[in-house]
Amino acid sequence: MLIRGKVWRFGNDIDTDAIIPARYLNTHDPKELAKHVMEDADRDFSGKIKAGDLIVAGKNFGCGSSREHAPIAIKASGIHAVIAKSFARIFYRNAFNIGLAIFESPEASEKIKEADEIEIDADKGVIKNLTTQEEYTANPIPSFMQQLIDAGGLIEWTKQKLIAHGS
Amino acid sequence: MTITEKILAAHSGRKKVSPGELINAKVDLVLANDITAPISISEFRKIGAKDVFNKERIALIPDHFAPQKDIKAAEQCKMLREFSREHDLSLYFEVGRMGIEHALLPEEGLVVPGDVVIGADSHTCTYGALGAFSTGVGSTDVAAAMATGDCWFKVPESMKFIYYGKLNKWVSGKDLILHTIGDIGVDGALYMAMEFAGETIENLPMHGRLTMCNMAIEAGGKSGIIVPDKITRSYVRKRAKRPPVFYKPDKNPKYAEIREYDCSKIPLTVSCPHLPSNTRPAAELFEVAVDQVVIGSCTNGRLEDIREAAMIMKGRKVNPNVRMIVIPATQKIYRQAMKEKLLDIFIEAEAVVSTPTCGPCLGGHMGILAKGEKAIATTNRNFVGRMGHPESEVYLSNPAVAAASAVLGRIGTPEELGL
Repeated sequence: MLIRGKVWRFGNDIDTDAIIPARYLNTHDPKELAKHVMEDADRDFSGKIKAGDLIVAGKNFGCGSSREHAPIAIKASGIHAVIAKSFARIFYRNAFNIGLAIFESPEASEKIKEADEIEIDADKGVIKNLTTQEEYTANPIPSFMQQLIDAGGLIEWTKQKLIAHGS
Repeated sequence: MTITEKILAAHSGRKKVSPGELINAKVDLVLANDITAPISISEFRKIGAKDVFNKERIALIPDHFAPQKDIKAAEQCKMLREFSREHDLSLYFEVGRMGIEHALLPEEGLVVPGDVVIGADSHTCTYGALGAFSTGVGSTDVAAAMATGDCWFKVPESMKFIYYGKLNKWVSGKDLILHTIGDIGVDGALYMAMEFAGETIENLPMHGRLTMCNMAIEAGGKSGIIVPDKITRSYVRKRAKRPPVFYKPDKNPKYAEIREYDCSKIPLTVSCPHLPSNTRPAAELFEVAVDQVVIGSCTNGRLEDIREAAMIMKGRKVNPNVRMIVIPATQKIYRQAMKEKLLDIFIEAEAVVSTPTCGPCLGGHMGILAKGEKAIATTNRNFVGRMGHPESEVYLSNPAVAAASAVLGRIGTPEELGL
């Protein structure tokens, strides 16, 4: 799968309160959440982005609360993937569970700049910077996470497991 | 094996597990709240399971925006109530019977030593204080576990934190954990189990242990844990609703890292905006005027925390420039505080006392900050906009420092009040 888009840059330790502030968590409607995506990190973000854009951030992206509303808001806003130097643990797990594409790449996180055009080859784990012609590698996706992706997410995977166990 | 590895091995039917290994483990309790459960419930329905794995092991607790703060929050709480009725869940806690989840479940003996617990709330790591493996997950993970009774985990590496020496006056579990996060950073224990040990921990009462494990997530940790001892046994003796299992680590288990702290050198500590790792000694922050003080949350809303704040407030008044909000974490704590006349002390001091709720900790309700306002709170996060306006600020401290600051109208210490 190829993911191509324009980059929006964020720094280190972007927490889930910045991704989707708790004041909007009285709903879990993805469209409502998307209106406020990244609001406390960049007030006008949801108005600026176009479907297919990408986020590139520093270390520990998605730290803090376990709210799944964070990856849901990003996905529903039309952002196609997030690249970071590292991800906080619960966010990482949630992103796979709900089907938001994320890539860990310290190299890409350091070198990619705001508004660069990049192309991610998700299967090979290669990130191409079409603006600078540089190429970076993403850390391989753990094999179990790949199984989840192949099954179509955790819910599908669980469904199959329950069927296999005859319940 | 470490204690964490032993608990995970026992729950995955293996003799041994090693860090990095992926396992499927049985969970003893699954929990979610009014913000996270609605997604879990809709995802659970998609799985198409006939029923939940166990009606007595799923806790749904409306605590974040409850008592229901607006129509949308009320709709979310209603989903929990209806799902609990539909599946006859025994651990649904209605307003008036509830409390902040991570205070309520240990208090009621619904989590016990040796458990594996997952919760769609990042502070689920609190129960490590009892010698359980507990960790925060997302709503979809909870949905899957509600159907199957198990969950996949990567066995974490363990990082050991050894505390020795005598605690300074008013220094508590909160100061130890803030100091530790200040030392290692908000991702210093990323993916790790944080094991707290040493003579100071051996003497630390259970409420301080719960506070420490509660904030393991603020260092990026997967879990916090303390090996059960006398204090654990006496805490669970009268309340455990299921038989506890007291796991112990093997001799010389492998740790990714061991760090030691001389507690006699740890001062009253405050985390400054906008990261819990941005710590400074409380005494250095005397120039920071505050508009609001919050005593409460899953971190520091327990009876001992309320008592500590009351000791400071007794016979004093909240500074005229400050709003002080005290939130006992559960109905039991509220009632006991009432019996001990602690609530009288707060009301006489011109503070408000609220029914249990997470409320202002996450900027939900019951004390939201306006633009430019500053609060000192016994809560767990001081991210941008956490308690209200994105241009407001939150400082984190223990209850004694927060209460002293309420009197002083600025960040200060009990010593400044002659205590």
